[in-house]
Amino acid sequence: MSRSPNAAVLFAALGDVTRLSLLRRLSVDGPLSITRLSEGTGVTRQAITKHLHTLGDVGLVRHARRGRERVWELERKRLEKARVYLDQIAAQWDAAAGRLKAFVENS
Amino acid sequence: MSTDRIEKRVVLRAPRSRVWRAIADAKEFGTWFRITLDGAFAAGRTVRGSHGNFKVEMRVERIEPERYFSYRWHPYPKDPATDYSGEPMTLVEFTLEEVEGGTALTIVESGFDRVPLARRAEAFRMNTEGWGGQIKNLAAYVS
Repeated sequence: MSRSPNAAVLFAALGDVTRLSLLRRLSVDGPLSITRLSEGTGVTRQAITKHLHTLGDVGLVRHARRGRERVWELERKRLEKARVYLDQIAAQWDAAAGRLKAFVENS
Repeated sequence: MSTDRIEKRVVLRAPRSRVWRAIADAKEFGTWFRITLDGAFAAGRTVRGSHGNFKVEMRVERIEPERYFSYRWHPYPKDPATDYSGEPMTLVEFTLEEVEGGTALTIVESGFDRVPLARRAEAFRMNTEGWGGQIKNLAAYVS
């Protein structure tokens, strides 16, 4: 399993309502067990486990031991990379602003 | 750090009226933006533009002469084969301000949080394939 998948894979993993809500839960409540994560969701533990592994495969979450319990937690660094999309658009604006500058200063 | 907006500020050594024309006049806008637009900008009007395969639709929001210009569009980069009409648009705002030695221009693009994640992923893919190289070309051209 790759720990540095490309961005498209990252976003594909994010593009699911259940997985997004799992990420929100983990981000608000901190590390949680699968039992806690499936409570009140109407989604089976098996399905939650599968979603967590999908998120784990792209490095968005990881599991850890807390006492005798196995918990899942966020990989915050990886989530920050989602910002790369905006950085790329920002680079395009930099280029456009540079052309505008040349255009008005030389005409 | 916001995931919803991008903000750029640049000082141009040109009078505000000159900068305004370069932004609000569709023909001049097209020159530096490198796009051919099919009409003049007017509030509420949709102006279409193209550059080869690349197509845009700019829905002009508000024009305050020599101070503010805004429009909505589907953000970069775009796949000509995809229909984006049902998707949320981002808002692009140009704000001009006189400063010593010229004009300060602020460009803000916002609303990215509403762009579907799948689209952002596609943008990544397209970026990786094409935009990365294009940005380098542009950077080399303007510097």
